[in-house]
Amino acid sequence: MMTINEVLTLDNQQEKIGALLLRGYRFVTMTVVDKGEEFDIFYHFDLDYEMVTYQLVLKKGDVLPSISGICFAAVIVENEIQDLFGITVSNLAIDYEKHFLLAADAPAEPFCRVPGVGVTAVKASAVENGGDK
Amino acid sequence: MSMLVPFGPQHPVLPEPLQLRLELDDEKVIAAMPVVGYVHRGLEKLAEQKDFIQDTFLIERVCGICSFQHSMAYSMGVEEIMNIEVPERANYLRVIWAELHRMHSHLLALGLLADAFGFENLFYTIWKVREEIMDAMEATTGARVMLGACCIGGVRKDISPEQAKFVLEKLANFEKMFKRPAEVILGDYSVKERLCGIGVIDGKTAYELGTVGPALRGSGMAKDHRMTGYAAYGKLGFEPIVENDGDCYARTKVRVRELYQSAELVKAALAALPEGELKTPFKGNPLGEAAVRVEQPRGEVLYYLRGNGTDKLDRLRIRTPTFANIAPLLRMLVGCGLPDVAVIILSIDPCISCTER
Amino acid sequence: MRLFSIFKDILSNLVNGPVTRNYPAEVREPFPGERGKLVIDEKSCIFCGMCAKKCPANALTVTRQPKEWKFERFRCIICGACVEACPKKCLSLVPRLAEEPKTEEK
Repeated sequence: MMTINEVLTLDNQQEKIGALLLRGYRFVTMTVVDKGEEFDIFYHFDLDYEMVTYQLVLKKGDVLPSISGICFAAVIVENEIQDLFGITVSNLAIDYEKHFLLAADAPAEPFCRVPGVGVTAVKASAVENGGDK
Repeated sequence: MSMLVPFGPQHPVLPEPLQLRLELDDEKVIAAMPVVGYVHRGLEKLAEQKDFIQDTFLIERVCGICSFQHSMAYSMGVEEIMNIEVPERANYLRVIWAELHRMHSHLLALGLLADAFGFENLFYTIWKVREEIMDAMEATTGARVMLGACCIGGVRKDISPEQAKFVLEKLANFEKMFKRPAEVILGDYSVKERLCGIGVIDGKTAYELGTVGPALRGSGMAKDHRMTGYAAYGKLGFEPIVENDGDCYARTKVRVRELYQSAELVKAALAALPEGELKTPFKGNPLGEAAVRVEQPRGEVLYYLRGNGTDKLDRLRIRTPTFANIAPLLRMLVGCGLPDVAVIILSIDPCISCTER
Repeated sequence: MRLFSIFKDILSNLVNGPVTRNYPAEVREPFPGERGKLVIDEKSCIFCGMCAKKCPANALTVTRQPKEWKFERFRCIICGACVEACPKKCLSLVPRLAEEPKTEEK
């Protein structure tokens, strides 16, 4: 089971993560889970094979402050989150403007739980056109 | 005055569809910016549409090189959520296939690195050795890369005593055949000229940038997730391999030494292979969340799973090792010459199709 | 300092001939248990649809009325999940170059 060590808020996010990094933790990755009304954002850190996970609950439509200023390793995953979930991440060290993984004509926010977007929609249209193209 | 040079996605020495936009001052790289997304397949989303048992096969196809370790990490995640105890024999078999996979992946990486610095003869010689490992995998599971041997609760295939003998034979062959190319890649003057002092990253910077795998161990940090003793690693006695220079040569040396270590691990696991069941039967669907980490040839992979009690997973997140190694790669490239760019990229052993999933 | 350390291998490669096989003319014996392709013994099939349900690649479609077992070979990933699921054991994986079992013409 995964333990969540602390629940962050938008106000203390930078401060808490900064304190953790100062204690020698290595940034592992971020995970976003779409819960319908809001996103669960997990920050995973590691020290001596022990994982520490911070959770941040973000309402849909809110802007997520980037941690790439204090932890450059997060820049890649934050850009991915921008693409796949449509969350706007502010103050990114390198901002690909929602076209990091996805091409210009790709479906928007494909990983969100929006009916008609993502794999199901592609599959349905492929069937209409008579098989895979 | 600086200029912008796109490097890749199609480049004679790049095996992977990765583009780097290099800002050059004459021949020196000032900055690099990665452009990925050429092979994004949305596998994480697809995994939510299939049931969690079918996902084992889907997850295996995240990567075409370290496929077994992907399915193993995924199975370990589901086992953690559902409290499934894996039989001891299955744990040892998982170690055997995982280490065989590491060997073939490292040989592939060393060959491609040799190709990147223009030593095609060495490239072919190393890949010739790799065939021995591929044979060992095909003889035990029936396929060369997509082993399909891991399943939730254990393994689907067994290694009979004859097959074990065959694997040992192949490992002995490997050691005999790899001696010469190992001498060349670590000792030859021309190879050292291309690798020593190139793409240096010190241990502290590498750690802060979240580097994993041989790239981190080449910089003097002894971090290897096998130390936690998952599967049967805890019983086989394992010490991470560390080199201190932090350059391309150190990373190559880590891989060469890990090859021999993996061969020893396979031998030890085959010798200690206990009798017993292959698979624990289970019922029900996963409910809850788990985060599992496994050491792959390129570094640690993280699997985050969330089950909601139905046969479909709510969310599956895969953080592959190359994904973590992109940020340090950008740092390594700063200050190097244009001819060394390909060597540095290949020295972290990138796997872009796993990065984009 | 060692220069040209690959030279010894080059010489031995010159003498020893190719490592590769002259493929279509010379075929390697497949390893026992090679997962090459899926074949069905349709006589014992009961069209239960278990294989289609377990298939991760949606390569199989089974209908009870009329009794039909359809297989899209290009979708198949040769994982063997259907072989394990089959209650009648009428599915099997054979080496890729093995001959198809002849089914009687209807």
